[in-house]
Amino acid sequence: MQQAATLPLGTPMGARPRRGARASSLGDTIFRVACHAAGGFVLLLLGSIIIALFIGGLPAFQAFGIGFLWSTEWDPVTEVFGAGVSIYGTIVTAVLAILLAVPVAFGVAFYLTELSPAWLRRPIGTAVELLAAVPSIIYGMWGFFMIAPLMSQYVQPAAIDSLGELPGIGALFQGPPFGTGIFTAALILAIMILPFIAATMRDVFEQVPPVFKESAYGLGATTWEVMKGVVLPYTRISVAGGIMLGLGRALGETMAVTFVIGNANRISTSLFGPGNTIASVVALEFGESETDSLKLAALLALGFILFVLSFIVLAISRWLLRARLKG
Amino acid sequence: MSTTLQPALAPAKDPAVAARLGRRRKRADGIARILSLVATGIGLVFLASILATLFYKGFGAMDLAVFTEVTKPPGSNGGLLNAIAGSLIQVVLATVIGTPIGMLVGTYLAEYAKGSAFGNVVRFVSDILLSAPSILIGLFVYQLLVLPFGGFSGWAGVAALTIIIIPIVVRTTEDMLSLIPNTLREAVIGLGAPKWKMIVLVCWRAAISGIITGILLGVARIAGETAPLLFTSLGNNAWSTDLTRPMPSLPITIYSYAGSPFQDWIELAWAGALLITLAVLLLNILARSLLRSGK
Repeated sequence: MQQAATLPLGTPMGARPRRGARASSLGDTIFRVACHAAGGFVLLLLGSIIIALFIGGLPAFQAFGIGFLWSTEWDPVTEVFGAGVSIYGTIVTAVLAILLAVPVAFGVAFYLTELSPAWLRRPIGTAVELLAAVPSIIYGMWGFFMIAPLMSQYVQPAAIDSLGELPGIGALFQGPPFGTGIFTAALILAIMILPFIAATMRDVFEQVPPVFKESAYGLGATTWEVMKGVVLPYTRISVAGGIMLGLGRALGETMAVTFVIGNANRISTSLFGPGNTIASVVALEFGESETDSLKLAALLALGFILFVLSFIVLAISRWLLRARLKG
Repeated sequence: MSTTLQPALAPAKDPAVAARLGRRRKRADGIARILSLVATGIGLVFLASILATLFYKGFGAMDLAVFTEVTKPPGSNGGLLNAIAGSLIQVVLATVIGTPIGMLVGTYLAEYAKGSAFGNVVRFVSDILLSAPSILIGLFVYQLLVLPFGGFSGWAGVAALTIIIIPIVVRTTEDMLSLIPNTLREAVIGLGAPKWKMIVLVCWRAAISGIITGILLGVARIAGETAPLLFTSLGNNAWSTDLTRPMPSLPITIYSYAGSPFQDWIELAWAGALLITLAVLLLNILARSLLRSGK
């Protein structure tokens, strides 16, 4: 390899110019075409995913019309299907997960960029990144065997007894403490997306020009005032992008949610009630649906809806993060 | 910015007021610091709790049979051998197929498509694929390879994992190639080398440790993927290396065993969960140390 790299140096430029030029231009053409083709392949891939899901779901869209989006019916026996409950569950768990994860992620990023001693920065940063690497099925098992029992024994009874009595919001905290349910799913999701949001926040906080922070410190601002008055205003668009990225992840997460959400096709007012999400319905019901059945079409239609949802969220996230991506 | 800081920084005439203001600002700062520390602690506690649970439950269930026996009906002391082998086959094949494609796309983005509209679209699409729900990729491959070819197969699983690893390799390849200074490229071209030699022999070589890091992270990601395999390679309770038939995999076996009512199956699921987490975390640590030593 070394030799090949240095070959042009040793070759007299005028020796066999035409042959060499033709060989290199042929090599160039092949390589350029291969690179362009690979780029086109990625486009084709995304395009075919959208089309395949849409075509697969078409029978369901035709059978139930636009009402498929909000119908809460899901009855395999009478073959009536609606996406209402799972769309509701998907959005509620994802938004709740964001609400739980963002403050913690912000705290982690604040600590890592401003407060942590230099020698601790890398170990803690790595630990947070490892949290992101743990496969989602592990989160599911951990949530099902460790968190759900904790929830049903301690957290939920306490919340039901105290908050459940309150007028208005009390309805959110009522019902039997199953352990699994919407809230537990949101909690597990929050833990899963926490490292993604924290890592994005840390990266954008680090991009604030030091001179901005130094001027604020020079005026006598405290660390918190620098964060609140300089770093956050400077990075708020990218921070929003990081949050959207987390939301995109939470929407499509499958295995962890399937373990802990309770898997019931109903919308309950209580956060502790069971529910489902698009991804969990698809994962669970797929095995029981026959080829060419309306149920399979309904599941593929759900997949299409999920794709559209996450596409929108991820596109917004990328748009918000564009400043950071340009670097 | 300045408006936020002004009230706190405006000089107070009365020393008592100034002192009170100072104390209040100090207190706010202290509270923020403590909350931030608590948040970091929460994050670390979760990681520690997951690892502790895995080690406690996983090591308890770990014995030689896990590695020497195939999956068996409950109560007959089975292992995970076929699942481990199936996972290895699918992950290795997906990596071998996906890496060159991903590297070419990343190279296209970094070396050919700077500022081009088509390049921006490819970059956007690749980033969408990077974060797209993996279960949808499973559904897509089901439509593409399972339905037309009459059944679940190892190849379908490989295809799904390939689609997942490609955008990961694309992202790191482009990022790493973008770090290479243009003077290096100009020097090579100035020597009369064709562009493809510049890319393959100089740019790729300069970026190789970063690209390998990306590949390792990609392997770590697809090794734990469960959802896309549900509809593609499906799983298999027997020993199978035939890629045209349903193929077992570790994540799928963990999924079906963890949800079963049999105690010995649940224990096997924990053993598998420990194995897969250790593999994924080791790959991550390896990738990170490689990147640091490469710099």
